[in-house]
Amino acid sequence: MNRAGLRSTALFVLFALVGALIAARARYSADLSAFLPRSPTATQQLLVEQLREGPAARLILVAIGGADAGARARVSMALGRALRTDPAFASVSNGEAQTLERDRAFLFQHRYLLSEAVTPAHFTVPALHEAIVGSLQALASAEGPLLKPLFAHDPTGELLTILDAIGTERTPRSSEGVWSSRDGAQALLVLQTRAPGADTDAEEAACAKVRQAFAAARAALPPQERAALTLRLSGPPVFAVASRALIEGEVVRLSGLSALFISLLLLFAYRSVSALLLGLVPVAAGALTGVAAVALGFPAVHGLTLGFGVTLIGEAVDYSIYLFVQGTSHAGGDWRHSVWPTIRLGALTSIAGFAALLPSNFQGLAQLGLYSVAGLTAAALTTRYVLPAWLPARLAMRDLRAPGAWLLRVLQQLRRVRAALVLIPLVAGVILVLHRGALLSHDLAALSPVPAAEQDFAEQLSADLGAPDVRYMVLTSARQPEAALAAAESLGQRLRPLVDTGVIAGFDSASRYLPSEALQRARQQSLPPAPQLQTRLSEALVGLPVSEAVLQPVLAEVEQARTTALLRRADLEGTSFAAAVDALLVPTSGGYSALLPIAAAGSVDLSDEAAARVRQAIGAGNEHGVLLDLKGETNRLYLGYLKQAIELSLLGFAAIVLLLGAMLRSAVRVMRVLAPLALAVIAVAGLLIASGHSLTILHLVGMLLIVAVGSNYALFFDRSAQAPQEASVSLTLTSLLLANTATVLAFGVLAFSRVPVLSDLGSTVAPGAFLALLFAAMLSERAAPEHIP
Amino acid sequence: VSARAAGLAGVLTLLCVAPCSAFAAAGTAPSAQADPAFAQVLTLLAARRHGHAPFTEVHEMAMLKEPLHSSGELFYDAPDRLEKRTLTPRAESLVLDHGILTAQRGPHRHVLELSAYPQVVPFVESIRATLAGDEAALERYFSIDFQGELAHWTLHLTPKDPALAHTVKDITIEGERDVLHSVVIRQSDGDRSLITIGPEITP
Repeated sequence: MNRAGLRSTALFVLFALVGALIAARARYSADLSAFLPRSPTATQQLLVEQLREGPAARLILVAIGGADAGARARVSMALGRALRTDPAFASVSNGEAQTLERDRAFLFQHRYLLSEAVTPAHFTVPALHEAIVGSLQALASAEGPLLKPLFAHDPTGELLTILDAIGTERTPRSSEGVWSSRDGAQALLVLQTRAPGADTDAEEAACAKVRQAFAAARAALPPQERAALTLRLSGPPVFAVASRALIEGEVVRLSGLSALFISLLLLFAYRSVSALLLGLVPVAAGALTGVAAVALGFPAVHGLTLGFGVTLIGEAVDYSIYLFVQGTSHAGGDWRHSVWPTIRLGALTSIAGFAALLPSNFQGLAQLGLYSVAGLTAAALTTRYVLPAWLPARLAMRDLRAPGAWLLRVLQQLRRVRAALVLIPLVAGVILVLHRGALLSHDLAALSPVPAAEQDFAEQLSADLGAPDVRYMVLTSARQPEAALAAAESLGQRLRPLVDTGVIAGFDSASRYLPSEALQRARQQSLPPAPQLQTRLSEALVGLPVSEAVLQPVLAEVEQARTTALLRRADLEGTSFAAAVDALLVPTSGGYSALLPIAAAGSVDLSDEAAARVRQAIGAGNEHGVLLDLKGETNRLYLGYLKQAIELSLLGFAAIVLLLGAMLRSAVRVMRVLAPLALAVIAVAGLLIASGHSLTILHLVGMLLIVAVGSNYALFFDRSAQAPQEASVSLTLTSLLLANTATVLAFGVLAFSRVPVLSDLGSTVAPGAFLALLFAAMLSERAAPEHIP
Repeated sequence: VSARAAGLAGVLTLLCVAPCSAFAAAGTAPSAQADPAFAQVLTLLAARRHGHAPFTEVHEMAMLKEPLHSSGELFYDAPDRLEKRTLTPRAESLVLDHGILTAQRGPHRHVLELSAYPQVVPFVESIRATLAGDEAALERYFSIDFQGELAHWTLHLTPKDPALAHTVKDITIEGERDVLHSVVIRQSDGDRSLITIGPEITP
């Protein structure tokens, strides 16, 4: 090894050590952060907070199936008992009478502090008269038997007012005393974890606890019931845990498969273990540098990035293939002048393509860009400056001239049918026009690693539980919880008319279960002292068939409510309202946020007009509220990503064109390099659309990568045509086929991933890279030496 | 999601007084009815697709000094939809549609799923099942005693389930061929309601 070789080797080792250190200290994640925006707008920030910490992100839905309703109910109750004592769960609801009884008792006991109807005017004689007439009417209705025992204690119907406000539109079905699915085949529970949804470790532990409790409850049943019982978990935390496991598993599996296939390919081609090992050096250097760069540039290296990184194996190995196959046919230093400039330009175009992803707001894409730019740079530099020094004087490799000669004949055949390429834009054009309505996928769910069947199951459970997806919520914040509650009350007052006029179906608010102290005090002050109430009641009862004696109990109870201590959060403990308050009044970095989920009238979606009315209502007063449309915002986020992906892909394409123009200095040569790549992109787009795909962000990015990666092949054909005397065309062909196969293998492995973003990218680039080589070969110019026999 | 799902959905079950499970366990005794007149009445009733008639109702409650009077119109669409539209003294609408009871009074609307409120069942299902000529439904909830003939019959229903018997003592429905004239519901605490149904209103 000469001195330059020693120096580069020393530098390489140093870099490798630093890279390894950074990679070892890096934080790795596989949560949903990859899909979140890197620099969110204010509204996106609210969305991100909801997705990470919001109440919906903490809900685990549990379905117990099999056996009979009795066994399912017993397991549901046993699960409830076990999990209620576990601090990991903020609430455990399964519709058991015991919990409902506690809830009922709580609402009834505190009805005069909780009822929105309690105002001074409510206890005037005419209002009392009116309220009692209403209660009598309810007594005479089909609900009468339910209300009759309450009348003497609650003649003004405060409990009904409270229940009305809470909203009871859709109640879960009950079977054997616990909630069941609508078809009665499953017992259902809803768990709310204390940990935020983004804490995947805690959520994983919570899911494990549910499974354990289920196993224990099942073990207590007679053997014949035991076997048939099944447990199915659903909901955002479950999805997060499953996605993480899936992504982690896929990264290991895909990297392993990819490395195995490519090693076998190289071993078959080279018939030399040392050539194989040397060929993998730039790959390792690239991967290490990529991880280190992402670790430095982002808070955490995402598992998906490592998944995308699998493709780097296929590309980084190309450079050493060109070196070994083409370089060895030249004497020593010649390689650097003959082959390297083409490799360099190919690497630069690839890097230009990936660099276009760097500004992406979609974190996953930005990480992919950085990983690939750093990885490809390191792999190319290693190939140029380190590998040659490590090569033994004679690398005992298989002689690839024979297959090269065969490939040359294939090439000549291919050139004869190049006219057929005219068909590609025509056929693809027809396909694209036929499917013009559904070219792009506008649904974020297309990117989700959660299978559609699981998403549907979660939706079904939510519907059965009478918990339609919360799409809309009004948010307001304040420094202190009291102020946040007061703000929620003020917003609630302004939303109430919209409910009464049917603009929205209803809303929820923490102040329903825990009014602010000011409001509680105001309600207490609205209650007349016992003697006064007695006088007013007797006047109110004139003309009604109710005697004063019947209403004796209410006098004492109002007096008690008037003087009792105010409700505090601790008083809610043991009811399901505790979890509701914790979910709807949440501590944030700057204080507290109150959330008011809005239920749309009629359908799931709020009409534009209704949304405008809500915004108008909540913008009117002092307390500022924001209407957040979770699904709409998510879709807007995705559409933003999609738009940006299109822009960045075009930008990357433009950068590649400029780079080629600057290096090749010939418009004709640039066109000749680009033509097969453009054809490959068009063909792949046509293939994807024809096979029923709508293009997602990753398909679009994949098309950019077809150009970025495919340019290498086109450039080699360009070089062969430009300087035929310097290159052995047959060896160039062999190395191209080998490099291409490696790339197609790596992306092809990705195409079979169960993670949509990975498979979208793989299924675009794998066929695209192959077609780029094929089309480049077909369009290549005849070089002089080929005629020499 | 959370608040509603985390225990709030279904909060009206709070009002549920009787244990729901006892209700589901109601057995089905074989029919004691061999009366051909009963079979005829049921066949005639089952053949009716629609009904629309005025009603008056009197509620007698021990805790009230005087009975409550109301009146309105009944609408029936075979076999699962029954609407009781009260017009006086105050507008109220009760709609039973496929086992879901919706009560609307002024701006307030309550929705009950009958399966969750067994104590409400005899009040509505007795009338609905009779109108539908649905013997199976009647037998599910009641012991049936049929008296009289086609021209003037009396159906006496006694809840089978102890949980139902806890609220409703018995129900007596009088009618003529496929027309109901009156429904008397006697509650276990002695309270009583009498619905008198007027002549069919033809559209």
